[in-house]
Amino acid sequence: MTDKRTIIFTGAIIGILAAYLIHLGNPGNMGICVACFIRDIAGGMGLHRAEVVQNIRPEIIGFIFGALIISLLNKEFKSRGGSSPFVRFIIGMFVMIGALVFLGCPLRMVLRLSGGDLTAIAGFLGFASGIIIGTQFIKKGFSLGKAHDQNPINGYILPVIAIILLSLRILNPEFIFLSESGPGSAFAPIIIALIAGLIVGVLSQKSRICMVGGIRDIYLIKDPHLFNGFIAIFVFGLIFNFAFGNFNLGFEGQIAAHNDFIWNFLGMLLAGFGSVLLGGCPLRQTILAGEGNTDSAVTFLGLLVGGAISHNFGLAGAPSGVGTNAKVAVIIGIIMVTLIGSLNIYFNSIKYSQKGEISHGA
Amino acid sequence: MAHKTIDTRGRSCPEPVVMTKQALTKITDGQITVLINEEVAKENVTRFVESSGCEVEVKKNEEEYKLLITKG
Repeated sequence: MTDKRTIIFTGAIIGILAAYLIHLGNPGNMGICVACFIRDIAGGMGLHRAEVVQNIRPEIIGFIFGALIISLLNKEFKSRGGSSPFVRFIIGMFVMIGALVFLGCPLRMVLRLSGGDLTAIAGFLGFASGIIIGTQFIKKGFSLGKAHDQNPINGYILPVIAIILLSLRILNPEFIFLSESGPGSAFAPIIIALIAGLIVGVLSQKSRICMVGGIRDIYLIKDPHLFNGFIAIFVFGLIFNFAFGNFNLGFEGQIAAHNDFIWNFLGMLLAGFGSVLLGGCPLRQTILAGEGNTDSAVTFLGLLVGGAISHNFGLAGAPSGVGTNAKVAVIIGIIMVTLIGSLNIYFNSIKYSQKGEISHGA
Repeated sequence: MAHKTIDTRGRSCPEPVVMTKQALTKITDGQITVLINEEVAKENVTRFVESSGCEVEVKKNEEEYKLLITKG
């Protein structure tokens, strides 16, 4: 299969599986959401106590394992890291805070649009704006530095944690939380959710699908390759949401969404801005973490902690709207990511003018 | 003719492409060599270089790639 066919096929399968998972019980107008599901895992572990969003989601475990298995098979599994892990953790946290004000990661944003949720248009515009801003930083010299090969054990730790989490979800001991109402209580059968996650994990690793990369590459190098996946998710999500009777066109009454244009826009601006500096959307980070990239594993932990903070401090959006705490958090997030980006460029410029980055001669 | 070598090893996406693009804009014709140690970066840089009308020759040495890019 050519690269182009692989990414379109991946997008199509994600769109179809998301619609199918809604049909089988996953939250409506969602199906698959990396940010929401990592937030639910934080809740399931008791890292936050918002009772309606607690569930150790098998889909995320499937993403990590799908990426691990296929990368071992195609010999792309490589334990590597050391490219500004703490900065990645902090940016990951802010990406999550921004995404949860909008109520969804970039993937769910596309899926919301494919379900007829027009409130996601503000999110899309903010997301694209954030990516354009972040890309300017990259053009000006933003870099988180080089990653280095690591002892392979580093790359296997997150998948082991994922297996433990899956066991806890299945055994459901008393210290693990599972929502009895709200989005966390809406889920497809565990085995189907896990298989769906595995399929998405394998295909996403093969195709390198990335919601951030799609828009970034069009803007940066006029390359629509990754955006093909974005379009395929939308088109196939749309077709199958129609087929399952889950298409609901409009701004009002959308499930797990609100219609506050400004904060949908700014929340996703923060998510897009942060993700472009990280080099990929939350889905891409999760897949990279599965194939041994410990910088992405640290980013995953940042997303997890961001999900916990969002609900402990009342920062997440809600169908009723966006609270003051959420607005303050998004503004702080945009300022923090801007400062990190600007100071990174400044310090890089000093370092490179001393050492030189491009060597001359054959 | 100056021949630049750009070391993108260890750089995360999209830096290898950006570094290649910036190096190519600085020359009107000639060759540059790009060192890469990521499959994804090799795919991205190759796709970018080919879409910009340059020729690219990929050499694989164990886990690393050396891309010889010819412009003009």
